[in-house]
Amino acid sequence: MSALAKLTPWIVFAILLAIAPYIFTSGTSRTMLSIMALSIVFALSYNMLLGQTGLLSFGHAVYYGLGGFVAIHVMNTIIRNKYAIPLPVIPIIGGAAGLFFGVIFGSVSTRRAGTTFSMISLGLGELVASSALILRTFFGGEEGITANRARLAPFFGYKFGSQIEVYYLIACWCLVCVVAMYAITRTPFGRMCNAVRENPERAEFVGYSARMVRFIAFSLAGLFAGIAGALAALNFEIMNTQSIGAVQSGLVLLMTFVGGAGVFIGPIIGAVLVAYLQVTLSDITGAWQLYFGLLFIVVVMYSPGGIAGWLALHEPLYRGRQLTKLVPAYAMNAVPLIVMIAGGILLIELAYWALVKSETEGPETSVFRIAMNTNSVWPWIAAVILFLGGAFALRRTWPRVQDAWGSALARVREQPA
Amino acid sequence: MTTALSLQNVTKSFGAMEIIRGVTLDVPPGERHAVIGPNGAGKSTLFNLISGRFGISSGSIRFEDQEISGLTPYEINRRGLSRSFQVTNIFPRLSVYENIRCAVLWSLGYKYSFWRGVDGLVDARERSEDIMERIGLAARRRDQAGVLTYAEQRALEIGITIAGGARVILLDEPMAGMSRSETEHAVALVRKVTEGKTLLMVEHDMGVVFGIADRISVLVYGKIIASDTPQRIRENAAVKEAYLGEAAH
Repeated sequence: MSALAKLTPWIVFAILLAIAPYIFTSGTSRTMLSIMALSIVFALSYNMLLGQTGLLSFGHAVYYGLGGFVAIHVMNTIIRNKYAIPLPVIPIIGGAAGLFFGVIFGSVSTRRAGTTFSMISLGLGELVASSALILRTFFGGEEGITANRARLAPFFGYKFGSQIEVYYLIACWCLVCVVAMYAITRTPFGRMCNAVRENPERAEFVGYSARMVRFIAFSLAGLFAGIAGALAALNFEIMNTQSIGAVQSGLVLLMTFVGGAGVFIGPIIGAVLVAYLQVTLSDITGAWQLYFGLLFIVVVMYSPGGIAGWLALHEPLYRGRQLTKLVPAYAMNAVPLIVMIAGGILLIELAYWALVKSETEGPETSVFRIAMNTNSVWPWIAAVILFLGGAFALRRTWPRVQDAWGSALARVREQPA
Repeated sequence: MTTALSLQNVTKSFGAMEIIRGVTLDVPPGERHAVIGPNGAGKSTLFNLISGRFGISSGSIRFEDQEISGLTPYEINRRGLSRSFQVTNIFPRLSVYENIRCAVLWSLGYKYSFWRGVDGLVDARERSEDIMERIGLAARRRDQAGVLTYAEQRALEIGITIAGGARVILLDEPMAGMSRSETEHAVALVRKVTEGKTLLMVEHDMGVVFGIADRISVLVYGKIIASDTPQRIRENAAVKEAYLGEAAH
């Protein structure tokens, strides 16, 4: 591959980061873009463990949160003492904090992989989260700790008061971190991470300590999680104990897994999607967390490689120019799929309204902008019919996709190499 | 250095069971040495002790006059002793090329470096290419190791074992489960890749053993009952009784 072809994805990524706030110009969407960019760093740092080294951590938010808290305290110290340190330097401090705690906790948790590692990560996560509630001077209790980013020394005239300025700061750090994390996968250490993931015992018989590989991976993941936490700190100007706890740890697992842990770009897709849903879905429905749970279950059951893994399946067809052969079958399946999803959403929204909202706000609600009454039986019947009808039709149309796949693959194989 | 590998009164117990009951064995540099013996004699256990997979209960294992018992597998490997496994033990979801390259990195001094690109390491690439040529898998370099045929995986297993340039090679039943033609192929491969090295191998196929080995040790119930040239082993009455007699049936 030529140097230019290798660089193309990075140039595209940089351009996307640069133009995104001019495509999505509202205040909310610019905040959302900032969250996406920092989530990308966080999710990729998590995938250094999950995808690259095969370590399933339930406590990765510890390094994100501690990085963020250290960053916010350092910001306040800088402001108080009027040090001439500008905002763009802060993520380095967050990264150093993440690395520091990664080294400390990694030294005890990477001794073993598998269930042992997962359980220790869960325990450490709970330990830090519960001490965060006790150590109120550092973690600020329920209110958290705030800092005003605009009061730091200006950086070439920029004070980062506006969301657009801080977005570009986060985007720059995002680009640097993504390139760095990709580069690490292409080093001797990065390759041995994969080897340890595949077969830790064999790695030891070719000269590598599986534990040392895991430890370094864990420490570096802590470093990048700390940078992500610091980016969150300077974006929100507040850190509270939620950012360090199990929910945040679960969220990064969700992003990484839904996006796809097996492909480098997977967590990027997952971070963008989950950050988008997090911001938009919570405005639309009170049951948004349920949808997150369902999304996770659906991906685990039907596409364990995540979105990126599913896309990667199509690569041989794309190279063999057979991808268009799938379009009719996919289109045919899309109809019952959409009907089934619509029925499912209707069912969830009706149930949510009937169980949570109707007591205070009465039985009248609207779903898909259609007015309905949860006391009436008809909306429920409609929801069940849509869901089951869609599911039944999908079972009938699904073999078409398999056939289309089979014949497209056969045609690719017939082509001369 | 008079011996490449020297075991003195090595024992190994699992609970009350003593599997290795005082093995003494000297392998001079450059020798091709085979360990034979009936099933359950402790051959694989002996390999696991030498390679550091298990710790010994008592005795001493010296590699090039240095004590290696108590070291971890990776420490022993770094000193120049490498082993293969009876049950294929490769990196199944990595490509053939990646499998071999992972096995050359440490010996070329790259250790855990995460600051230099792996694809630009010319010596690692050339060594890996050379190993793939020698084990006959150059054409399958891009394929996932897990999809190779059984015989190819066995060749890859040997490739990973020799890739780091170890001076002492331990092969645990490299021809197990192979057809006759595959075995002939594998014998030629083992001869070729262990050229100039010290080889210690466990093998069931007597034709293979008598064809490759300079010297043979017979392990029965955790003890070496004879250690001699193939010719003398064939004539040894105790060996015939304990092992070869059985095999002849």
